[in-house]
Amino acid sequence: MALFKSKKDVLSADLASQIGESEGMGVRLRRMARKNKLAVASAVFLVLLVLAAVFVPVLSPYDAVNGDASTRLQAPSAAHWLGTDEMGRDVLTRLLYGARISLAVGVVPTMISMIIGVALGVIAGYAGGKTDYIIMRLADVMLAFPSLLLAMVIMYTLGDGVMNIFLALALVGWASVARVARSETISLKETEYVQAAKSIGVKPGRIIRRHILPNCLPALIVLFTLNIPSAILSESSLSFLGVGIKLPNSSWGLMVNMGRQFLYNAPWISLAPSAAIMLVVLSCNFLGDGLRDALDPHLNNE
Amino acid sequence: MSTLKSVIRRILSSIPVLIGVVLVIYLILRILPGNAILTMMGEHAREEVVQQISAELGLDKPWYVQFWVYITGLFTGDMGTSIKYHKPVSELIAAYFPVTIKLSVLAALVAWVIGILCGVISAMRKDRLADRLGMGFSLLGISVPVFMTAMVLQYLLAYKLKWFPIQGTKEGLICYVLPAVALGWSSAGSVARLTRSTLLEVMQSDYIDTARAKGRSVSGAVVFHALRNAMIPVITVMAIQISSLLSGAVITETIFSLPGIGRLCIDAISGRDVPLLQGSVIFATALVIAGNLVADCLYSVLDPRIRKEG
Repeated sequence: MALFKSKKDVLSADLASQIGESEGMGVRLRRMARKNKLAVASAVFLVLLVLAAVFVPVLSPYDAVNGDASTRLQAPSAAHWLGTDEMGRDVLTRLLYGARISLAVGVVPTMISMIIGVALGVIAGYAGGKTDYIIMRLADVMLAFPSLLLAMVIMYTLGDGVMNIFLALALVGWASVARVARSETISLKETEYVQAAKSIGVKPGRIIRRHILPNCLPALIVLFTLNIPSAILSESSLSFLGVGIKLPNSSWGLMVNMGRQFLYNAPWISLAPSAAIMLVVLSCNFLGDGLRDALDPHLNNE
Repeated sequence: MSTLKSVIRRILSSIPVLIGVVLVIYLILRILPGNAILTMMGEHAREEVVQQISAELGLDKPWYVQFWVYITGLFTGDMGTSIKYHKPVSELIAAYFPVTIKLSVLAALVAWVIGILCGVISAMRKDRLADRLGMGFSLLGISVPVFMTAMVLQYLLAYKLKWFPIQGTKEGLICYVLPAVALGWSSAGSVARLTRSTLLEVMQSDYIDTARAKGRSVSGAVVFHALRNAMIPVITVMAIQISSLLSGAVITETIFSLPGIGRLCIDAISGRDVPLLQGSVIFATALVIAGNLVADCLYSVLDPRIRKEG
């Protein structure tokens, strides 16, 4: 048994060096951090935003729910960095409270859709045949929908609520993940170390856990970072249209929606959350691009 | 002849996808927890009223019978009757559809012309200022939410400068300029990024060297040789963009008060009008499928290898 193991290790190390994966993920990440300042700045910004969203009750002197009638619709100033809204509430404070749901909506449904998509994609790719056909035709159907319309229909049936929006976005997002996971699995299935494992009688479940999934990981991490911004954009679009997050909850999309009627006299109410969405999406894209260059040898142009 | 054959085969293969689309929408609206009729009537509807409406809409039959009735109806253009407007859904879609088409076609034009131009310039000036500007512009387009672009354009160019109408479609084609730019920018970003990367790849192939050796200038080689081959993956992305254009159209139509399919969907949701919602979503998805089909066919015209593999 020991003999087999060492042979297998030699074999996979050899293959790994052939496809340029001899360095660990940590080494490649550190090199990216040195080279790609924009990606690092984006990561720092996102971490700071999360911290600010968590500690906003301590950081801000203002109340997010009850306004002060004497400070209605004030333009940005030293006291109110992003101005105040129609009820005299501080826009920056509300923005940071709203970040909690907006950021959660970026991460949670993306995670769920990754789990569903990876499970179905790996099964389809590994099993092939009829299973593959059925799963992938279902993915084709899901991908044919304009995503926002599908999410709107799901939200219509499920009704409002944060959990429902998680579910709706996860149901909309899994199909594209499944496609990537499937094609990765198919190409990994043909590699010599998987064939070798098969021939010494390793069970499919173990091959998937030990050989397929770990090797899909870089591509999936990249996909994860790139899917977060699209989930954030979807949530904000849904809430903007009035079929997503609803009061008393708050998210950036909803803030834009509520502020839209004051666009002409107090544009900051809706533009501040819009800009916040833009900055987060931009940072996620920079980070995703950086990670792709560092982690995914297939997509690396250099 | 073989092109015709592969076109026909592609059309046939998209029919199961379309049926799947109808089935998925149907199941979501009828089977998921949450009763469509209760949603429609409000939680406190009386039991006998619910049953009467169910019978009227044929909802008391098993779902597969209803589905069969619905899908056979679709082939004759019957999409049911709108609860809110008391008109056939197909009639409403026919009335609202031209606006969405005008908006989407204009937005697609903006996206493709600006996207390809930006991508070509960036690729030819790789790592120089023009490249950075072009790619920054593209990344911004992908990252800015459509409603933000739309609102900023509406505020600055329509409200402040009064160059364009603020909303509605009364003044003709000029009303579509701002919505189309707002909608097209995000797609332009994707198209530009892809055009740049594929063009850079294609420019390294041997036939470009040959063309250059035969005396073509760099821009000549790009226009006459490289662009055609670089366009093949770009067309796929354009086809994918049709879907996101229709998603974005819902938002732009709302902001600029344009009476299109997106507006119809929102109306259907706020009016709890299931047949209308179902019909307009299915119709929009059918447009996406048709767009992909056109892209597939263009693909095989542009790339003889795909045609042969068929």
